[in-house]
Amino acid sequence: MVTGIFLRDPTFLDYGYIVAFSLFIIGLHFMTSPSTARRGNWVAAVGMAIAVVDTLLRPGIHKWGLIVVGLAIGTAIGIPAARSVKMTAMPQMVALFNGVGGGAVALISWAEYRHFGNSLGSKHLIPTLFAAIIGSISFWGSNIAFGKLQEILPGRPIMLPGRLQSIANALLLLVAVVLAVIIAAGTHSEGLFILILVAAAVLGNAIVLPIGGADMPVVISLLNAFTGLSAAAAGIALDNMAMIVAGAIVGASGSILTNLMAEAMNRSIPAIVAGGFGGGGTVAATAEGDEDRTVRSTTADDVAIQLSYANHVVIVPGYGMAVAQAQHAVRELTRELEKKGVDVAFAIHPVAGRMPGHMNVLLAEADVPYDQLKEMDDINPQFPQTDVALVIGANDVTNPAAREQADSPIYGMPILDVDKAHSVIVLKRSMNTGFAGIDNPLFYKENTSMLFGDAKESIQHVTEEVKNF
Amino acid sequence: MSLVTEIAILVLAAFVGFEVISKIPNTLHTPLMSGTNAIHGIVLLGGLIAIGEVSGAFNDFILVIAIAFGTINVVGGFLVTDRMLHMFKKRPAPTPTGEDGAGPPAKDD
Repeated sequence: MVTGIFLRDPTFLDYGYIVAFSLFIIGLHFMTSPSTARRGNWVAAVGMAIAVVDTLLRPGIHKWGLIVVGLAIGTAIGIPAARSVKMTAMPQMVALFNGVGGGAVALISWAEYRHFGNSLGSKHLIPTLFAAIIGSISFWGSNIAFGKLQEILPGRPIMLPGRLQSIANALLLLVAVVLAVIIAAGTHSEGLFILILVAAAVLGNAIVLPIGGADMPVVISLLNAFTGLSAAAAGIALDNMAMIVAGAIVGASGSILTNLMAEAMNRSIPAIVAGGFGGGGTVAATAEGDEDRTVRSTTADDVAIQLSYANHVVIVPGYGMAVAQAQHAVRELTRELEKKGVDVAFAIHPVAGRMPGHMNVLLAEADVPYDQLKEMDDINPQFPQTDVALVIGANDVTNPAAREQADSPIYGMPILDVDKAHSVIVLKRSMNTGFAGIDNPLFYKENTSMLFGDAKESIQHVTEEVKNF
Repeated sequence: MSLVTEIAILVLAAFVGFEVISKIPNTLHTPLMSGTNAIHGIVLLGGLIAIGEVSGAFNDFILVIAIAFGTINVVGGFLVTDRMLHMFKKRPAPTPTGEDGAGPPAKDD
């Protein structure tokens, strides 16, 4: 280390932090457009590199051996994970990354308290306790979310009956906060600190276990916000400007996404955290009785003819498409249709997939250009001029009951207005209801026909017929 | 730094975050989340500072884990975001294969 004395001056090094967090913000700014986003990611990465080097230059940094071990372990796990993860598994990956971030904060807080105890002084002690609670909730909550998404744990809600769950959660939070207040008031006890970590850990489990698969986009965003907040709190505890700024930015990002997701599902965040919806059960299917409604079933040949004669086709992909691994087959179909001069667009509902923007990544992987992916507000006015709307593995996000039936559980949820297209073709495995267990009147409309079967096989079949047409 | 200064920084940074991030289109929300995953890897700095302050084998042990966790966030987060953003392409692709020339660590699959 040949560093001049001024390089190791803490005041000088603080300027390095200013450069670092400016680069984070500039990087995020580049992310406002897909054409510059990749550059933005690297700008932020350079900012991070500066922040790390800056920290390593500070006086008081020693134990180089241990530092190298930690960095090496993290790199050895991080690189292969990032390279090998499948795009369909991205929600799990993000959940896991949220978790380790929160876990790191909880561990740092614990070590600081073990070493300094109450001599930290309330200015540092209170944020340390806060960081420990949020970090622990985030770590355990994220691990449960990972388990559910990876299907190690069942996707359906696991919870205490009735209102017991909310009461139990409130009690756990109360325990953690009261213990924190006792420590902050001057009682030094490592046992109490561990109890706080445990109460927060149980709370993290208790918050995420009752949440069903369909509500996952909200939960992942919420955990993202928590992790950011815990990093900012740890920044205050350690008087580290870079951590405060970066944590606040991540917290803001997570909050925005949480809010967007909740709005797109027409649900309040407290209602989601209270649990239950995403796995059905609470919701009764409506109007199963009147059997005058008929479903028209169609064949791949017919679908191919309809699509080939169309001018405008809108494809509405849902998570079902990803489950069937049909995105590449869908891309092939759009290529064939475009050869015939058909204009094809994709309509993406904000909660399609298991995390915000998931469907866009899956289609990008299948080489669908991003300017062909339309957001809900842009595509909805175009449905009346659409010849064929092709719904692949999506259900609730196309349910006109959200617009028309005031008594429907999803009434008020923003949907894609596919029923306004001249003709609607729904690809579906069977007549089972969607995730929310709600009947979909779209299937019984005059202009709707159903193509039953595995989405990937159906699409491949249709593509063959389009080629031969 | 005083607590007030730090909270002022926190609040201002949150407002900047809201402004910038609310302009990011839905299309990029997954890369945004993995990118912010990488940014909250900033907790790595906390691990580096804390390990210099504490003593005792157990404290060292948990902080090595914390440093490893933070590094996973930083390294994994930026790489996976790059991998995703690499896939986002415009409609009239100018050249059939890989039009990006100067991307840092090029990894493909």
